[in-house]
Amino acid sequence: MTFWDRYLRPTTVDEALQELARAPGESRVIAGGTDLLLDLQQRRQAPVRALVDITGIAELCDIGEQDGSIFIGAAATHSRIVEHSLLIRHAPCLVEACSLIGGPQVRNVATLGGNVAHGLPAADGTIALLALGAQAIVAEAGGRRTVPLESLFVGPGQTTLRGRTALLVGFLFPQRDAQEGSAFQRIMRPQGVAIAILNIALWLRMDAAGIIAQARLAVGPCGPMPRRATAAEALMCGQPANVANSERILKALAEDVQLRTSVHRASAEYRYHVLGVLLRRIVPSALASVAGALPAIDQELGESRGIG
Amino acid sequence: MENLSLWVNGLKVEVMVGPEEMLADVLRDRLRLTGTKIGCNEAECGTCTVLMDGEPVLSCTLPALKAAGRRVTTIEGLTPANGLHPLQEAFVVHGAIQCGFCTPGQILTAAALLARVTDPDPAQIRHALKDTLCRCGCYPSIENAVRAAAASMRTGEALQGPSPEHASATHVVGRTMPRPDAAAKATGRARFADDYTFPGMLHGRTLRAGVPHAILKKLDVSRARSLPGVAAVLTAEDVPGERNHGLVVRDWPVLVGVGEKVRTVGDAVALVAATSRAIASQALSIIEAEFEPLPIVSDPVAARRSDSPRVHETGNLLKHIPVRKGNMDEGWRQAEVILEDTFHTPMTEHAFLEPECSLARPTDDGRIEIYVGSQIPYADRDQTAACLGVAPDRIRIIGTLIGGGFGGKEDIAGQIHAALLVRATGLPVKVLYDRHESLLVHPKRHATQIRVKLGAQRDGTLTAAETELYGDSGAYASLGDKVMTRATTHSSGPYIVPHVRADCYAMYTNNPPAGAFRGFGVTQSCFAIESAMDELAERLGVDPVELRRGNALRVGTSTSTGQVLHESVGLLECIDRVDARLRERGGAQPFTMRMVEGRPASRRAWGFAVAFKNTGLGSGAEDKAGAEVELDDQGCVEVRTASAEIGQGLVTVLQMIAAEELGVPFRDVRVLLSDTDRTPDGGPTTASRQTFVAGNAVLHASRVLRRAAAATLAEHNDCPPDAIRFADGAAWIGDQRLDMAQVAALMHAEGREPRASYEYHAPATAALGSGGDIHFAYSFAAQAAEVEVDTETGEVRVLQVIAATDVGRALNPLGVQGQVEGGVIMGLGNALTEEFIVEDGRVFSDRLARYRMPSIVHTPYIESVVVEHPVAAGPYGAKGIGEITSIPTTPAITNAIYHACGVRIRRLPVDQDWLALQIAGLPA
Ligand SMILES: Cc1cc2nc3c(=O)[nH]c(=O)nc-3n(C[C@H](O)[C@H](O)[C@H](O)COP(=O)(O)OP(=O)(O)OC[C@H]3O[C@@H](n4cnc5c(N)ncnc54)[C@H](O)[C@@H]3O)c2cc1C
Ligand code: FES
Ligand code: FES
Repeated sequence: MTFWDRYLRPTTVDEALQELARAPGESRVIAGGTDLLLDLQQRRQAPVRALVDITGIAELCDIGEQDGSIFIGAAATHSRIVEHSLLIRHAPCLVEACSLIGGPQVRNVATLGGNVAHGLPAADGTIALLALGAQAIVAEAGGRRTVPLESLFVGPGQTTLRGRTALLVGFLFPQRDAQEGSAFQRIMRPQGVAIAILNIALWLRMDAAGIIAQARLAVGPCGPMPRRATAAEALMCGQPANVANSERILKALAEDVQLRTSVHRASAEYRYHVLGVLLRRIVPSALASVAGALPAIDQELGESRGIG
Repeated sequence: MENLSLWVNGLKVEVMVGPEEMLADVLRDRLRLTGTKIGCNEAECGTCTVLMDGEPVLSCTLPALKAAGRRVTTIEGLTPANGLHPLQEAFVVHGAIQCGFCTPGQILTAAALLARVTDPDPAQIRHALKDTLCRCGCYPSIENAVRAAAASMRTGEALQGPSPEHASATHVVGRTMPRPDAAAKATGRARFADDYTFPGMLHGRTLRAGVPHAILKKLDVSRARSLPGVAAVLTAEDVPGERNHGLVVRDWPVLVGVGEKVRTVGDAVALVAATSRAIASQALSIIEAEFEPLPIVSDPVAARRSDSPRVHETGNLLKHIPVRKGNMDEGWRQAEVILEDTFHTPMTEHAFLEPECSLARPTDDGRIEIYVGSQIPYADRDQTAACLGVAPDRIRIIGTLIGGGFGGKEDIAGQIHAALLVRATGLPVKVLYDRHESLLVHPKRHATQIRVKLGAQRDGTLTAAETELYGDSGAYASLGDKVMTRATTHSSGPYIVPHVRADCYAMYTNNPPAGAFRGFGVTQSCFAIESAMDELAERLGVDPVELRRGNALRVGTSTSTGQVLHESVGLLECIDRVDARLRERGGAQPFTMRMVEGRPASRRAWGFAVAFKNTGLGSGAEDKAGAEVELDDQGCVEVRTASAEIGQGLVTVLQMIAAEELGVPFRDVRVLLSDTDRTPDGGPTTASRQTFVAGNAVLHASRVLRRAAAATLAEHNDCPPDAIRFADGAAWIGDQRLDMAQVAALMHAEGREPRASYEYHAPATAALGSGGDIHFAYSFAAQAAEVEVDTETGEVRVLQVIAATDVGRALNPLGVQGQVEGGVIMGLGNALTEEFIVEDGRVFSDRLARYRMPSIVHTPYIESVVVEHPVAAGPYGAKGIGEITSIPTTPAITNAIYHACGVRIRRLPVDQDWLALQIAGLPA
């Protein structure tokens, strides 16, 4: 009754790929393990022969500039992301999202790559990366390819990486310039598991006249797999910022996404209701970020002890 | 197996580890560093936190091989060679430690914070400790302790302590005293049951039925028996004595046999003992059990219908509990306003952070001793002996520290199973529940449906109260009848009501059993009556506080059961004191909704509620406790009683009482608890009774010892006994001083044992319905809570709580503070986060990830007002406090929600989804 027989710690991508190729389908990549270990132990995931721990591969832990883009290694932990000055500057919505994941103990080991590869439609990191227009770098025996993040997802909890011998190396997204900004927000259920009932990330580029030149909007869980809400994005463009949350756009957004009732978590009615609320609230946050303000560290704290 | 080399607490360590081993396994099992505790094993609770290269990580879910070459610090490594780390000291003196199970994790997480931020503000502390849970609810004290430690580390100055010194303080009683076990808990030296091992020890595990209602058709254990490493597999046929256990009714099978009935998913079907836990688990997985399903009874109201399937042969009614007072027709006739409403409360879970563990072993004289953290050691002994078919003295229960109980460690968990496996194998056996098993098996808080009908005159005077309660007692009786009795007798609130009718139906269902849980039924009925009272206030157009004040019980009035209260009714003072603070903090109109600057959708308002709760077993049950007090050769005092320290601070109180009575320093008193061989029966640790009952036993035993010592000295010195004083750790005859060691020596020389025992019997009570007094004392409380409701998302935040509690006399101010904070936080969880979900008898909330308890980020500002209306028979006037503090919190919060957004909460916990749709006027 073992859940895995071998625990391997390669130090290069090639080594890791070899290990994965040795027993295709029977070995799994493990990063922080905060999703995978529980899935295995609680039998939501069949036992495997080997776990291939990729957190010892230096390249996968990198965060830095790469040819004018920002690179985040798949094995970078949420803690490092939250504290990284480059990301605080260039990826406000991602920093915000990662700061909300778990507590410090989880953030110290859980990785952005794991968040994405787990494939949940409302994974906080994934939703933020979508709004940043990120691309994923995937390594396979045959070589590496850089693909749009959306293309990784093929079904609920299903990615093109699953069961395959591929590895997520990291993510790339453009640097932020002065006219751009982003924000992330989510709603949790006080009784429920630590998955957002609804989360939203918005990235905006404004032109000099205060008109939205470009927008990227992602909402989770908006369907079986994470994706952007392109219909609403298109309507936002060319509009002054203060109408970005208009009824028309909300209507388009609501028609675009499929929000469902999940037992013991949220009703579809509630999700549609708070979709409008989050949209109204995120636009000013994203605009504030355009103006350069840094995102707050943790919303849940609020002005917690401001009283008394 | 692979070689792992890492640094642990500064030392290089090389160990062989298996591929599945977690860091916690290496630390606890291989290195015996048991200061690292396991609360859930699923990355939810934070108790297993250790530092890796200075950063906190969860060792329960960190593959050990990830730590290769890293520097790991456990609580043992944080502790300096001499004394305590400033954080440890701060936790001790600030009362941030109750049961102590979470303490190592809290301290290590805080240490990592202080390494980065030398002067953290409250927001940073909350951010850092967000997922490090404390079920005792020490959060406010933890926050204070972290700040105090930070200040001391920054400035090099001595640590600042708290100062809840009490006006009525004497020699020791009423003064701020640290818990005697706090330092051990802060350093990880404190041992809980799972921290013990014995040579040759086996690991026991239990196969659970997994079906709610069925006949066990077939059970084949042969494959499990032949698995290498398996020492024994037991089934119902191997139970030599009584087949059932139970605290009141013996209706709970030790093991369900073939042809017998499974009544709930957690029913035990087979036991395995093996050389490792992994082998035991594997053995369980190859036992073949076949069940024939039966129709499931999942709802207490449906269970009462005549066509309902039967859970027990005797039917589904565990108990009908009626309360009658006055004449209802008259009550309704006098009423000018009549109001009726129905409320629902869910099953909830204790979620003590230490899962159940029983470690049994054979002794040389052929007996079995069981190490277990139990709330009722003598009941464990008697039930275990009965099922083993031996005399009670063949079983010894040795109480270990308890990592939280809250009522959930009163029933049998693994005690009998462990003893059976010892009997079969002749070896020590540890039966440790994982969190999943713990959630499935131990009794919960009763889910209830409560209908309240109130009659009142225009001025608010109550004329009649009618309540009807249904309680879901689940598959077995446990303490269900007692719990629902308390719910019923308290269901018309702490009010003067001339005409009362209450009917309660405690029902059997196929849900997990329900039993004792802090508040003992009153939590549920207080929510119902206090919500209804708020509705009544609105209907009458009177102030909610005024309505309660006008009807509040006071000396000379009678409760719903007709008990006339002759003393110690501090309810009016609680109301007045909270009212005064409320108007100071919340202005003249605290119940009127206010806007919040910068958050246009948010609304704030206050809510108010009151409560009362009995101290002691009551209803005619004999309520007694024994204690022994002995002076040793060094002049130190040992107090012995089999009562449980579940984090509430009983040890401190008993220590204080003995010190007070014998005039010795507090530190010279040792308390030995819960060893059925060595400590007299203290009775169950339940019903907020131990300070009163065990406290009185220790008080009287100390007085007997004092008199005996005085008599010896008087004879020796030829003076009257009352010329002898005991103070400052010595006996005084005029100016002549004899230290206590000399007193002990003298008593020995005179042929007198320096020891006294006393069996204290609490004032007699009468059975419900007999017309007599059903309880010997009641505690009272009033609370006000301020909430903020986000009217768009339905999110609710509790900002502050003012809590006044009439405790009779605050013997241990730090303990009272801890009980108030912990009680309020538990009440907040009951209102907003907690729901143990069972669907058709199957448990949905079977992992901690599916059961949210409040964390430090939910913690409101809590102001505690202690009210002291002494009860004559209590030790120095004290009465119970453990439960009352958490009872009015829930309705104070839900009433505040109503005032903030106009939606009345009739079902717990508050469902933000439903609330938002209600506010928006959408169909939910
Ligand atoms: C207490 C707690 C709270 C949490 N809170 C949140 C929350 O608020 N929001 C949220 O979104 N999540 C949350 N999570 C879930 C989880 O922590 C995150 O999704 C995390 O980012 C997963 O990362 P990991 O490194 O631990 O992934 P792992 O568990 O190691 O892996 C997850 C999956 O990804 C695959 N994988 C990992 N890395 C790679 C790679 N480089 N290439 C290919 N496949 C890979 C694995 O095979 C596995 O299938 C929480 C978890 C816990 C335990
Ligand atoms: S988080 Fe590790 S034991 Fe709970
Ligand atoms: S002291 Fe924190 S759980 Fe008991």
